[in-house]
Amino acid sequence: MGEVIVITSGKGGVGKTTTTANIGTGFSLEGKSTVLVDADIGLRNLDVVMGLENRIVYDLVDVVDGVCRLRQALIKDKRYSNLYLLPAAQTKDKNAVTPQQMQELTSELAKEFDYVIVDCPAGIEQGFKNAIAGANKAIVVTTPEVSAVRDADRIIGLLEANGLRNPQLVINRLRVDMVKRGDMMNIDDMIDILAIELLGVVPDDEHIIVSTNRGEPAVTNNDSIAGQAYRNIVKRILGEDVPFMNLESDQGFMSKLAKMFGFGKKK
Amino acid sequence: MDLFKMFSKSDNSKDIAKERLKLVLIHDRANVSPQFLEMIKSEIIGVISDYMEIDEAGLEIKLTRTKRDVDDTSVPALVANIPIKKMKDNGKF
Ligand SMILES: Nc1ncnc2c1ncn2[C@@H]1O[C@H](COP(=O)(O)OP(=O)(O)OP(=O)(O)O)[C@@H](O)[C@H]1O
Ligand SMILES: [Mg+2]
Repeated sequence: MGEVIVITSGKGGVGKTTTTANIGTGFSLEGKSTVLVDADIGLRNLDVVMGLENRIVYDLVDVVDGVCRLRQALIKDKRYSNLYLLPAAQTKDKNAVTPQQMQELTSELAKEFDYVIVDCPAGIEQGFKNAIAGANKAIVVTTPEVSAVRDADRIIGLLEANGLRNPQLVINRLRVDMVKRGDMMNIDDMIDILAIELLGVVPDDEHIIVSTNRGEPAVTNNDSIAGQAYRNIVKRILGEDVPFMNLESDQGFMSKLAKMFGFGKKK
Repeated sequence: MDLFKMFSKSDNSKDIAKERLKLVLIHDRANVSPQFLEMIKSEIIGVISDYMEIDEAGLEIKLTRTKRDVDDTSVPALVANIPIKKMKDNGKF
């Protein structure tokens, strides 16, 4: 049985889809069979972030409605081994699916894949309930801003209330320069406030935008510091003890440090 | 806001953010409404009034966060500031 991981945040636009795409591709680079599930019905984006938008025939709602079989809706990413996407429907809304149906769907996928990664929509309504329904592990994404952290805290409470204990935190878009001058909460501040386990820290990195433009997740780019952060996150999920990158130093030093530790060699 | 200056040592915007977050989350987490605090307040007044005369208008009650003595972990705390006007000598002391 594979693991079903939901990527969630509460607040919109903090990097759930980016994180789903990068962690998922990262798993595939590590040789794990992986399927990405876009649970953001009506606002699908994972397909474009992955560069697979032209290959969509069927979607998640088609599967649930019995229009097609699950296998038929899965899009194989030909660039990587064993990486698939189950796209969201674009013309339906969140109520087109129930938590029960999502649970059946993800457990079906978990029979065949090592990892099922669910990209959760923003909010705490039906879409959120659907996305977490079949998950056995949750990753909460936040940015170092008051509103994002507040929403993350709310989400952590809701996850725990729904039996998803010990969610892990990804801090996204950290800006070292702002942290240095005391204008952005640092990692310790956020861990102190949210009191959950830190899975990783992804710096604000323009490579993310460039790679999204191309439809190639940054995790595949050895020159991207955010890509490095995602490679580390993947390794930590797989149980490796990867030290946190030294984000207090400048970026040149950071990537040197990363190379010193031997990460990011694989392409 | 003066309240936040009181709590934070520096003028860094991140320290202000952190203190504001801590306070707002205590309320979010505890799901405590102002009405609820009012309820607690009036009951406290009821209990204490048996023993002393208090300045009801000056009574302040709020949820905040404090470090536990034993291990320094931070926990929510209910802080009440109750100005006493006069002790009542009704033989209970
Ligand atoms: N580490 C980063 N550095 C720079 N830009 C980033 C980073 N992470 C995310 N972004 C950008 O932020 C925007 C929002 O990211 P993304 O779509 O992943 O968020 P989301 O949480 O999935 O949003 P929604 O709630 O709308 O689904 C995108 O334009 C993305 O390119
Ligand atoms: Mg998204």
